[in-house]
Amino acid sequence: MNPVQYIGGKIVRFLTEFGEISRLLERTFSFVPRLKRDRSLLLKQMEHIGTNSLPLVIIIGFFTGMVSSWQAAEQFKGNISFSLLGSAVSRAIFMELGPVLTAIVIAGRVGASIAAELGTMRVTEQIDALESLGISPIRYLSTPRVLAGTLMMPILTIFANIIALFGAFIVANYFLNISDKIFFDSVKRYFHLKDIFGGLFKSIFFGGVTSLLGVHVGLRTTGGAEGVGKACIRAFVLSAAMVLILDYVLWTIIF
Amino acid sequence: MIEIINLKKSFDGNEVLRGIDITIHDGETVAIIGESGCGKSVLLKHMIGLLHPDSGTVKVDGIDIANAGEELLYSLRRRIGFLFQSAALFDSMTVYENIVLGLWEAGERDEVKLGQIATEKLGLVGLRGIENLKPSSLSGGMKKRVGLARALAMQPKYMFYDEPTTGLDPVTSDQIDYLILSLTESFSTTNLIVTHDLFTVKRIAKRVIYLYHGLIFFDGTPKELEQSTDQRVIQFIERFVK
Repeated sequence: MNPVQYIGGKIVRFLTEFGEISRLLERTFSFVPRLKRDRSLLLKQMEHIGTNSLPLVIIIGFFTGMVSSWQAAEQFKGNISFSLLGSAVSRAIFMELGPVLTAIVIAGRVGASIAAELGTMRVTEQIDALESLGISPIRYLSTPRVLAGTLMMPILTIFANIIALFGAFIVANYFLNISDKIFFDSVKRYFHLKDIFGGLFKSIFFGGVTSLLGVHVGLRTTGGAEGVGKACIRAFVLSAAMVLILDYVLWTIIF
Repeated sequence: MIEIINLKKSFDGNEVLRGIDITIHDGETVAIIGESGCGKSVLLKHMIGLLHPDSGTVKVDGIDIANAGEELLYSLRRRIGFLFQSAALFDSMTVYENIVLGLWEAGERDEVKLGQIATEKLGLVGLRGIENLKPSSLSGGMKKRVGLARALAMQPKYMFYDEPTTGLDPVTSDQIDYLILSLTESFSTTNLIVTHDLFTVKRIAKRVIYLYHGLIFFDGTPKELEQSTDQRVIQFIERFVK
């Protein structure tokens, strides 16, 4: 195979897969009006994606906040007053660290688990069994997962933001001797509502794309147990990459 | 009635079905036999729209499966019961939930009625009292029977069996065979059985189709199959005749 054929083949495969994902997205949202009837499916996924991810999000948020405080202090040392540390850290958390790190954690926990679950269902003919019973796998499996991801990611991000801010304050207060008044005054002084809402707006897309890619990869799984393992890895890699790409695109639009 | 006209299907350049023509009339019990990989399951999956033909037509009750809209296809599928080779039970659900899922999704919300149907269908397959078990705690034979109960819950007009006795011990295989026979008599379904178990064929089928290299090589009664003088048929059935 010559280089032109090789590159051409890659481009065709990319465009084909992009088309499949777009079609999946369109079909997934076409079943949203049926969600009143399928609310139990949605609630189950909201619990799985949201509530069950909370402990992990709290741990990640806490340590992210703490390390960002140290990082800011290191950069401020000798140049900028520590009284501005609260503002620098909180803006970084609200605009970037909270939404993006939460999304990457969810890509690992939820995106990969959706791909594993649906991939196993595919290779054990359970998806075919659903279809044979007259049930659309898109309505039954994809719509609740994608919608739950889209709805729960901003909520998880809110938790991550609060916990991260708390973690940052702990370091600032106990290790850097910044009083609570100075820290939170600084947070308030440069606080913009747009920072929080911009971050939450991004997280809606991160949640949707993570679940959608998990579903897409899961439904296309072939090759037994080995195929399921590969699907998990692929779902995580694709989701994490898309989160970072989308983050850049949305940042340029919002901020 | 099921009509298959000049059905062709390839996977990655490998021609699996090379022009199949079959008509199956209501009430018939047809066994589709052939070596592993000859396209038996592929043929069956075309009849329920799980696979789409490269060319040719598959019609069930006059509906062209490949060109039917989504709603029509799903309503047609509710007339077809499908027993998968691996039973394909939903492992996140209990036996009860597996059996009533199709009915629930079709709009039946009466829990008492659903419970009665589950109990009745489990009784038919000889498995009363396991409603609350998960598929992971069932044996292979039990899974097949629960799969059968799930298919029957929809009161299908057609029953498709994909290798119903593969992987089961001889005693359980016999039980499944007699179960299919008794269910056929009770519900007067049109049956298609994909198998390479000639004991199953002799017991259940009234008509046998032998697929060879993606084409129909033999279409007749089980007795005619046994009497065939063709070397390929003889070679296929030899192990069972002995």
